[in-house]
Amino acid sequence: MAGIYIHIPFCRKACHYCNFHFSVSQKLLPQMINAIAHEIILRHEYLKEKIETIYFGGGTPSLLQPDDINLLMDKMFSIFDVEPDAEITLEANPDDITAHKLLAWKSAGINRLSIGTQSFLEADLQWMNRAHNAQQAYESLKLAMQNGFTNISTDFIYGTPDLTNEQWLQNLETAQELNIPHLSCYALTVEPNTALKKMIDLQKKKDVDAEKQSIQFELLMQWAANKGYEHYEISNFAKPGFKSRHNSSYWQGKHYLGLGPSAHSFNGNTRQWNISNNALYIESINKNIVPFEKEELSSTQKINEYLMTALRTNEGIVLPHLELLSDKEITAGIIKDAQRFIRQHLLERKNDALILTSKGKLFADGIAAGLFR
Amino acid sequence: MQHKRMTSQNQGRLTIIPSLQLPPPKNHCKQLIHTASISKELTNPTLSLPLMKKIRNFCIIAHIDHGKSTLADRLLEHTKTISEREMMAQVLDDMDLEREKGITIKSHAIQMNYVHNGEQYTFNLIDTPGHVDFSYEVSRALAACEGALLLVDATQGIQAQTISNLYLAIENDLEIIPVINKIDMDGAMIAEVKDQVMDLIGCKEEEILLASARNGIGIEEILTAIVERIPAPKGNPEAPLQALIFDSMFNSFRGIIAYFRVFNGSIKKGDTIRFISTDAEYEADEVGILKLGLQPANEVKTGDVGYIITGIKNAKEVKVGDTITLSGNPGEPIKGFEEVKPMVFAGIYPVSTDDFAELRECMDKLQLNDASLTYEIETSQALGFGFRCGFLGLLHMEIIQERLEREFNQTVITTVPNVSFHAYTTKGEKLIVNNPAEMPDTTKLDHIDEPYIKAQVISLPEYIGNIMTLCLGKRGILINQSYLTTTRVELIFEMPLTEIVFDFYDKLKSQTRGYASFDYSPIGYREADIVKMDILLNSEKVDALSALIHRSRSQDFGRKLCEKLKELLPRQQFQIAIQAAIGAKIIARETISAFRKDVTAKCYGGDISRKRKLLEKQKEGKKRMRQIGNVEVPQEAFLAVLKLD
Ligand SMILES: Nc1nc2c(ncn2[C@@H]2O[C@H](COP(=O)(O)OP(=O)(O)OP(=O)(O)O)[C@@H](O)[C@H]2O)c(=O)[nH]1
Ligand code: SF4
Ligand SMILES: [Mg+2]
Repeated sequence: MAGIYIHIPFCRKACHYCNFHFSVSQKLLPQMINAIAHEIILRHEYLKEKIETIYFGGGTPSLLQPDDINLLMDKMFSIFDVEPDAEITLEANPDDITAHKLLAWKSAGINRLSIGTQSFLEADLQWMNRAHNAQQAYESLKLAMQNGFTNISTDFIYGTPDLTNEQWLQNLETAQELNIPHLSCYALTVEPNTALKKMIDLQKKKDVDAEKQSIQFELLMQWAANKGYEHYEISNFAKPGFKSRHNSSYWQGKHYLGLGPSAHSFNGNTRQWNISNNALYIESINKNIVPFEKEELSSTQKINEYLMTALRTNEGIVLPHLELLSDKEITAGIIKDAQRFIRQHLLERKNDALILTSKGKLFADGIAAGLFR
Repeated sequence: MQHKRMTSQNQGRLTIIPSLQLPPPKNHCKQLIHTASISKELTNPTLSLPLMKKIRNFCIIAHIDHGKSTLADRLLEHTKTISEREMMAQVLDDMDLEREKGITIKSHAIQMNYVHNGEQYTFNLIDTPGHVDFSYEVSRALAACEGALLLVDATQGIQAQTISNLYLAIENDLEIIPVINKIDMDGAMIAEVKDQVMDLIGCKEEEILLASARNGIGIEEILTAIVERIPAPKGNPEAPLQALIFDSMFNSFRGIIAYFRVFNGSIKKGDTIRFISTDAEYEADEVGILKLGLQPANEVKTGDVGYIITGIKNAKEVKVGDTITLSGNPGEPIKGFEEVKPMVFAGIYPVSTDDFAELRECMDKLQLNDASLTYEIETSQALGFGFRCGFLGLLHMEIIQERLEREFNQTVITTVPNVSFHAYTTKGEKLIVNNPAEMPDTTKLDHIDEPYIKAQVISLPEYIGNIMTLCLGKRGILINQSYLTTTRVELIFEMPLTEIVFDFYDKLKSQTRGYASFDYSPIGYREADIVKMDILLNSEKVDALSALIHRSRSQDFGRKLCEKLKELLPRQQFQIAIQAAIGAKIIARETISAFRKDVTAKCYGGDISRKRKLLEKQKEGKKRMRQIGNVEVPQEAFLAVLKLD
């Protein structure tokens, strides 16, 4: 089983915190669609398995015309063996969502939407420099539900400097009232080379408060437990039956093909990523060359990746699986290193797995690094 | 000690020299045109004399970076000792660390053949390090030679180690050939440096050679001077074997390789040899000469330099400075070397307590390659089992740590370095304290003596003020100030060693924009008001962070150290209190607030690599952390004292 990720590198407006690869100019969009369609052909041999999930991410895939989506879908279906019940997700921004588009997406075969809501608060959205307003945030979700999409995820960002705890809980409540079955909640991270970072350095914006973020994360965990959302990965919460199969494949070490500029692919032994430059990507694809960099994973790196991703999930690090990936001695070493975190109540041993406690979820990175080989 | 000036005995011998141009201590010159009697006495010239007459044993000495190793390159090239293919810059600096740092750490001997006036000569060259920490390497090399090329950088002139290494050479009765190097450079001050050299060693202008090691200028003249000015070795080929071990190396396959110079007799493959000081006897499995690698030979004869392999793996059986002789026909021991005395001490501990046994093995092996490293086992409450090591200086300490990591794959923690104190108890006992933990309780203490040095600083007159401020601030006393030339001044201070151990040299350089060089020699112990300062992390004393320090400095030191630790200790899930204390009195404190989260948002679009690399980096940092109580202390924190402003 494997997945396909398609990166659509265009956005209407640059969100201040964003460090993804995208361009605000849409000059190259038509050529880009052709190039990605061509990359599908060039990489037809990358995955031998059946395709279980397809994910249009970005950037902003909802910018695409329904015809473009149809074109890419047709290409993928003709080249790869896509399961009939495959999960096919499209990332959509609220300002792009119309009844017309929703129907077109549906008929193109999209069966899951990941909507970039981020917040229902006007001030918050402006602070982030989002392209949509509070009303669009709310209406877009409603519209999606009304037009037959049930499998919907919304993205939230918490821990922005002026978001109060009450406001944060209110955002979550609103989503729940709309019956949204899946939530991806990210603490605002100040990434290097972003407008946000610059503004903070120039003291034009307040820096994030890690203390407050951790409180909002704890509030989120409590809230989700009360409302019946399963906290199945550090940043992801789902009602029963609504976990994202595509994202889970990243954590489960499944293979995936990444198409489009900056997209990452993984075939079990190597990871590779396409060039993060729209013009160069198109130019190269037109010459039948996929422009990528590649990294061969050592056995240690494979172990580390498993530790890092598994630790973020509610299944945790499954020891028999770890032993399969490594050996008895390495596994014993990792269990030994885990003791320290167990003593600090950051980690628990449940049967055959090492699982983060609620408190531990705040320190997932440090704990993973502490277990790395 | 290595850094010492002329001994009185030497000064006595040297009074025969006519050209005394400067007041002491710069008048220890020596006749350049060698006359007959020197101490390595000629007894009975015989058969192989013609061969021996064609041997020249010499070393290259200078201040750091004056171009010794580069000149060695040119000599090796010119004599075709090294093929073009093998040639690279500073080819003799074959340790990774030497190449990376661009400095020589270990002396390196190599043999060349040179044809002069139709006759073939054998040259044994030893390239030496210039850094003050390694002057013991120079003194050993000198013992194997009859002559020395004294290099002076034409843009820098005489520097502190030019002088100290020259004195070492004079003590060893070596013929000195002064060479002014880097004459190709724009800033070359040939006339001025010539004057300095003539003043210093009392030679004539025409005896000074001019060279550019980089551009190959003056090489032929140097080779000719080696033949004509450096005396051939003297010795009796028929006498019982006397070969002085001047260096040794450990090879994991072949065991110990000892480098020696034959003074009398000869040594053959298969001979049963005896190391005089240990009385141990072995068969000479292999003897040979030193080319770029080892080149086996059947025999190494009187006057020559060579190596021997006996299969010995235990370092203690082969001592540098020992004499090799033959079992059947033993000779007398040659005077060896004074033991190197370490200047600074610090603990070396494995990061993980489980790795002590492994680290111990590595220390043993490393010592085979570096006899100047001393160590004994110690324990620390904070760090468990480890070693108290003696080093020649901080560079030496850094190198040992790096070699342990690179060559032996050990991750270690080095604790706060300190000098060796003498503590006198109320009962009248004298204790040598190389570790703050060994300092007796104040109630039992009568007084403490600390080591003093004589420091010689050479610089430009405009920096006198800055140098004075720096040295007086370090409890120095100015002893003498004199002008070497109108533009070069020498200042002599008496200072506590502990004050120069840490950041003195860096400060001196920055205060003089790099225009200062510095040399020192111990001058004994003096009483001082030394206190023990402890560091507590969350009220737990961390013995590995304790320091012995002068009382007048303690307040300031404690405050700065706490500030530095605050910077270096990573925030943890709980608050950390850092305190500096003398006895029960807290003199400084800082707190590090707890951090509340470290989880980064997401693995975007399957970009697992980026996150993994981020965490791998974090892990790398953690590898050097030691858990003390519940606080994680990174390796750098233990050396925080070295980085205080
Ligand atoms: N311009 C110029 N540079 C030179 C000359 N000789 C050496 N150098 C440079 O000076 C620097 C130091 O040279 P080394 O040969 O490593 O000096 P060293 O005396 O062996 O140094 P240590 O062994 O560390 O004491 C290098 O960058 C050389 O390239 C020269 O004749 N002219
Ligand atoms: S819409 Fe998404 S990809 Fe585009 S700038 Fe905003 S956060 Fe980044
Ligand atoms: Mg050198």
